[in-house]
Amino acid sequence: MYRARLFATRHSRAYEAFYNAVEPLVLFAIKWLSKLSGGRLDGFITWTESKTKGLLFDCQMCGNCVLSSTGMACPMNCPKTIRNGPCGGVRENGNCEVKPEMKCVWVEAWDGASRMKGGDKINEVQFAVDVSHQGSSAWLNMLKQRELEAAAKAKHAADLQAPST
Amino acid sequence: MTQSPDLHQFVEEPGSPLAPRAGHVSLGRFERVLREGHFAVTSEIAPPDSADPDEVLVRAMVFDDVTDAINATDGSGANCHMSSVAVCSLLSRVGYSPILQISCRDKNRIAIQGDILGAAALGVCNVLALTGDDVSAGDHPEAKPVFDLDSVSLTTTICHLRDKSQFLSGRAIDTAPKMFAGSTINPFVPPVQSRLAQLRKKINAGAEFIQTQYCFDVDVLKDMMARAVDEGLMEKAYMIAGVGTLASAKTARWLRSNVPGVSIPDHIIERLEGAKNQKLEGQKICVELMQQCKEIVGVSGVHIMAYKQEEYVKEMVIASGVLDGRVCWAPGR
Repeated sequence: MYRARLFATRHSRAYEAFYNAVEPLVLFAIKWLSKLSGGRLDGFITWTESKTKGLLFDCQMCGNCVLSSTGMACPMNCPKTIRNGPCGGVRENGNCEVKPEMKCVWVEAWDGASRMKGGDKINEVQFAVDVSHQGSSAWLNMLKQRELEAAAKAKHAADLQAPST
Repeated sequence: MTQSPDLHQFVEEPGSPLAPRAGHVSLGRFERVLREGHFAVTSEIAPPDSADPDEVLVRAMVFDDVTDAINATDGSGANCHMSSVAVCSLLSRVGYSPILQISCRDKNRIAIQGDILGAAALGVCNVLALTGDDVSAGDHPEAKPVFDLDSVSLTTTICHLRDKSQFLSGRAIDTAPKMFAGSTINPFVPPVQSRLAQLRKKINAGAEFIQTQYCFDVDVLKDMMARAVDEGLMEKAYMIAGVGTLASAKTARWLRSNVPGVSIPDHIIERLEGAKNQKLEGQKICVELMQQCKEIVGVSGVHIMAYKQEEYVKEMVIASGVLDGRVCWAPGR
């Protein structure tokens, strides 16, 4: 919803504080729900994510969520899906070049980031979105990524201790 | 700084690469000009709506002696023209130093990486990463917009291919494309206060030169440059300020309201309106802008966008004196 989206960037600081407080809890719950159900609840988790984030941020379920790095503005709502915006076509009133009735997503993003404690993250270069993740849950993807990283770390530690061959 | 006895020396013949130099990423002349500390002048070709190669060469000839590099636009304004890769290839064959513009609108990362390799193989040494206008701006609004990458991701990609000698997938490239990488910035449209941060982002992504959108408000550029120089950004990249000619006050108004990203202050339009010969006044403004941009610390060159007034570029550059008497490379000289 467009209005909810604008509200999110205008209250990005509060959203950030709330998210930081509940993130570990949410991820913990999802991790065990997914594990205990043997992945059978993954569809439900994805549906829940799409409904809640859709309502709050107009989330497009790209599966590579960067909201905390973009001032709580979802970059997938940019008609050019720019991840390091804005482009050079922003109108004088700060509206979008392609959709003149819409506030530029990246004008909103920089505004939102300026209110956030961790707003500096907007300065990090974000590489283009991985299109193969479209429609999947960013929460589940994040957990999967963490697991892979932990496994790689554990393997490296074991390799270090193993006798050289 | 490396001093070169002859900026224009080719190893073999026009169109072949220049000798490699320490600290240079490309084998091209444009990078040499900038790294030697000269004030560079670039301009751009509107690629023809034609399959005739001569049309490209005729369009380039008007810039002889006064430009160090020529941008070949990539479907600018989302209109269909001869491809940028083809234009650049035709230009590099005779020794010009073209800048391959790549817009993210029409190609995904597979096509773009292929184009970068192909252009490098054809002797193109410079590339400019742009996000691009939306398809709705051009003559094929029914086309599918791609935007797989954005200008920053594209800059990262160019540097990845060149420096790691591999595709984004990690697959190895036998001979890396030695491209001098550039990107664009438009400091004149909102959010003006975030444009410096964006410039920083582009330079951090690997941009070695930056070309700006039309600069008609020198103070805005001056302000951004002062801050960029302060934090040392301009030690990593060369800033080329975009200047343009306005044919009349009417054209200026039309550009301002119809072309995305063009910002023209009222005082410029009023000055045009008050002039007897508006076209001449537009060129005078362009000459003054070039001179003013040259005075800004951190600005290393100007990029002249003289759409449909290309034939006046030479006179304007000479009148501005920004080349300090230097004669740029041109075929046959």
